[in-house]
Amino acid sequence: MPLDAQSSNAAGLNVAVLVSIGRHPLTARTRRADQDARAVEMALSLKGASVNLMHAGQHDSDHEEAIRGYLGMGIEEVRLLEQMPEADVVPVLTDALRASSPQLVLTGTRAETGEGSGILPYLLAEALGWPVINGLAAVEKVEKGVATVLQALPRGKRRRLRVRLPAIATVDTSAPSARQSAFGPARRGEFDVQPHASEADAALTQWQIQPARKRPKRLKVIKSSSARDRFKAAAAKSDGGGGQLLNDVTPEQGAEAIFKLLREEGVLR
Amino acid sequence: MLDILLPILLFSALALAVIGAVRRVRLWRQGRPSPVPVIKGLMQVPRRYLVDLHHIVDRDKYISRTHVATAGGFVLAALLAIVVHGFGLDSAILAWVLLAATVSMFVGALFVAKRRNPPPSRLSKGPWMRLPKSLMAFSVGMFMVTLPTAGVLPADAGGWLIALVLAAVVTWGLGEMFFGMTWGGPMKHAFAGALHLAFHRRPERFSSPHNASAARSSGLKALDLDNPDTPLGVEKPADFTWNQLLGFDACVQCGRCEAMCPAFAAGQPLNPKKLIQDMIVGMRNSTDADYYGSPYPGKPIGEHGGSPNGPIVPREGRALVDAETLWSCTTCRACVEECPMMIEHVDAIVDMRRFLTLEHGNTPNKGAEVLDNLIATDNPGGFDPDSRLNWAADLNLPLMADKGEADVLLWLGDGVFDMRNQRTLRALVKVLRAAEVDFAVLGNEERDSGDVARRLGDEATFQTLARRNIRAMSQYRFSRIVTCDPHSFHVLKNEYGELGTAEMPSDYEVYHHSTYINELVKAGSLTFKEWKGGSVTYHDPCYLGRYNGEYEAPRDVLRALGIEVQEMARSGYRSRCCGGGGGAPITDIPGKQRIPDMRMGDVRETGAETVAVGCPQCTAMLEGVVEPRADIKDIAELVADALVAGSSAEKGASNKEASQTQRNVEEVTS
Ligand code: SF4
Ligand code: SF4
Repeated sequence: MPLDAQSSNAAGLNVAVLVSIGRHPLTARTRRADQDARAVEMALSLKGASVNLMHAGQHDSDHEEAIRGYLGMGIEEVRLLEQMPEADVVPVLTDALRASSPQLVLTGTRAETGEGSGILPYLLAEALGWPVINGLAAVEKVEKGVATVLQALPRGKRRRLRVRLPAIATVDTSAPSARQSAFGPARRGEFDVQPHASEADAALTQWQIQPARKRPKRLKVIKSSSARDRFKAAAAKSDGGGGQLLNDVTPEQGAEAIFKLLREEGVLR
Repeated sequence: MLDILLPILLFSALALAVIGAVRRVRLWRQGRPSPVPVIKGLMQVPRRYLVDLHHIVDRDKYISRTHVATAGGFVLAALLAIVVHGFGLDSAILAWVLLAATVSMFVGALFVAKRRNPPPSRLSKGPWMRLPKSLMAFSVGMFMVTLPTAGVLPADAGGWLIALVLAAVVTWGLGEMFFGMTWGGPMKHAFAGALHLAFHRRPERFSSPHNASAARSSGLKALDLDNPDTPLGVEKPADFTWNQLLGFDACVQCGRCEAMCPAFAAGQPLNPKKLIQDMIVGMRNSTDADYYGSPYPGKPIGEHGGSPNGPIVPREGRALVDAETLWSCTTCRACVEECPMMIEHVDAIVDMRRFLTLEHGNTPNKGAEVLDNLIATDNPGGFDPDSRLNWAADLNLPLMADKGEADVLLWLGDGVFDMRNQRTLRALVKVLRAAEVDFAVLGNEERDSGDVARRLGDEATFQTLARRNIRAMSQYRFSRIVTCDPHSFHVLKNEYGELGTAEMPSDYEVYHHSTYINELVKAGSLTFKEWKGGSVTYHDPCYLGRYNGEYEAPRDVLRALGIEVQEMARSGYRSRCCGGGGGAPITDIPGKQRIPDMRMGDVRETGAETVAVGCPQCTAMLEGVVEPRADIKDIAELVADALVAGSSAEKGASNKEASQTQRNVEEVTS
């Protein structure tokens, strides 16, 4: 299959995306979860790959609405592994993945509802014996069962990794944002509902779930008469951290320092 | 010889015209069905043409008179020619009338020619340049061949050569006027135009008073989303209804829309005239290479083409129209108001946008984000919907939830999240209190009206928001809605009606605040100080003026304040958009200049120090223009500033309980 230079060589790749029910941070309305939607976006951007959506959870109108958010990105069908509320979805997902044997499993780093611990991909990887990568930023190419990917590290750094497939990868907000969900495909998309036995998550039933509250941060009171200083103090970034302040240097020295930093950060090589 | 030749020429031209007409009708019928009263519609053509439409044509006196002479002369001449020359009725009287008609047509044609010498940029060239000559050919030819019938010349005057020349001239005239009319020549506008008048998609525009105002029917038509088979907008030319296609085909390429379009003037890639022509290009399965008018700014002619069942905007690449053309429109309706053929550009643009948003999921720039916010938080900015009344924490606004009923439901709009518009809202509340109006607000039960979602093509989100607003309002009793946002005003008044149910009717009596304040002024409920500010001009918001025909109330209010409005050159129905409508600031298609800058330029020309506005969107757009510029004040602010604090506040103090009095005192200082 002829492919142009930019598109990742993913023809024939079978990608499964695990999607969950999202929850809007302000209004708590169900929606497609942001990170999961980015995972779907990543899968859709792999040219030639076949994308299969999977959701383990309940089949009711509220959830359907949210799942349709993913379908609206231009996907025809979602596999719904029906589960009781508060069930442990790891076993059913493990079975489903083992049976459908995708080469790549994508999902968000953590769910917006439920436990939201972000541990699910690791449990699945452990059960299936597959490698797991977090912070997937891009899939560069897939060749002979090995994927070359970029992993996002803090402060915009990227690390190039080669992984043997099948593998599980999670995306976070450093992945490209999800495309708009359109009403037409969302309405037409189909649900392949498969009832499955649920394993109750004993621990979860004991939990009491309540909305998270932002911890108040102590304000640094700046006593200064100048509004500019007060503004600067209020707007200043909290973490000073590394970095270097260069004063009175020649342009060459400045350029040298910048060059060195870019090299260290792996932007240049 | 002409005796034999003329009937043959006439009838073959007519026969060809009939064949062309059938073919043309088949082109239109490629569109979706749309039931119309056929006979009734056809019967109404003369009135709609002579009365309603003439009002619009008459805005340009030159062409209106020219048209009366030319078209009137032609219709009469054509009918008489068929009788006199076709059927050979040898009546000197008819012949004389025929002569007079051709003279009138000839004089008209001279003026048509003069207008095109040289042609202004808004007019199309190409075949249109030959039209005046063809008109002359028809009139002169008919005149000459009728002279013998009228008894002025002997039947065989001039001999063979002259007869041949005459026959050629008449053939040319007939070719343009009869054949060209249905086969796509410039005269097509007469044929398609007449039928377009008969089967117009918005027959309400022809009601009394007969001025065909575009404000008479401006609400967008709802999609039936409950039916899964409803096409979500227009993907290909054949997705328009047949009478929309017919309407496009009626365009005479006069370019009046182009001259009024703010996006075109700003150098954005939109020209309403070309857009209409492109729809015809698609309907006829061709390219835009034979279009001879101004292009979309920055897009050369000849690169686009389409077919009736091909996409108008493809997902990738080029077809009939580029997406940014559609997203440049501010839905200001200046084109619709101006179009002498009563073509509905905005309906078409929104139809195509609907497809892009609902099927492609491709609303540009901030579009997707705004729509997501509307879905998740009921306001475009993504603010906490429970903070709608935070701005008014000190105002103690009466809530519908507490009162259950009130005379006035004050619709606040999304301006509640915007610090600038909060000033306007405060002013409006102050005015209402000064006039002792019994009002209440929905508070957190209010949601975005859905205007922006609908103009961005997201009909689904519009309908969800609208239905939830309707449900919220159905719990309470009020006699009217007052709002200072013309966009909410328009949707509540004209677009919610279709979505109501038997249990929850949604036909409201809606007032823009300027109209309502004007009534308060007339009823003597408000007393004003003398106006001491400088000169003031007034900017008509599109959604108040052209959409709803309210031009006078704001001016009346300003007059009552003692302000003499310095009108801008483009005001009233010709007001230039501020650039803020139709989601244009959200889709933000780049041009050569910004629309609000041009509007502020209009303001500057009047020398006014203040521009009075009546819309939060206009306020934001115009205030975004860099200084030095005129101050921007909402009508409510001007009225509130001019209130004589004493009179009604005292009245209030005398017959209201203590808390009310206190509140009044507080407000004055705010
Ligand atoms: S509605 Fe306004 S912006 Fe849109 S095409 Fe017409 S004149 Fe231009
Ligand atoms: S759409 Fe209307 S205003 Fe525009 S060119 Fe055609 S006839 Fe004239």
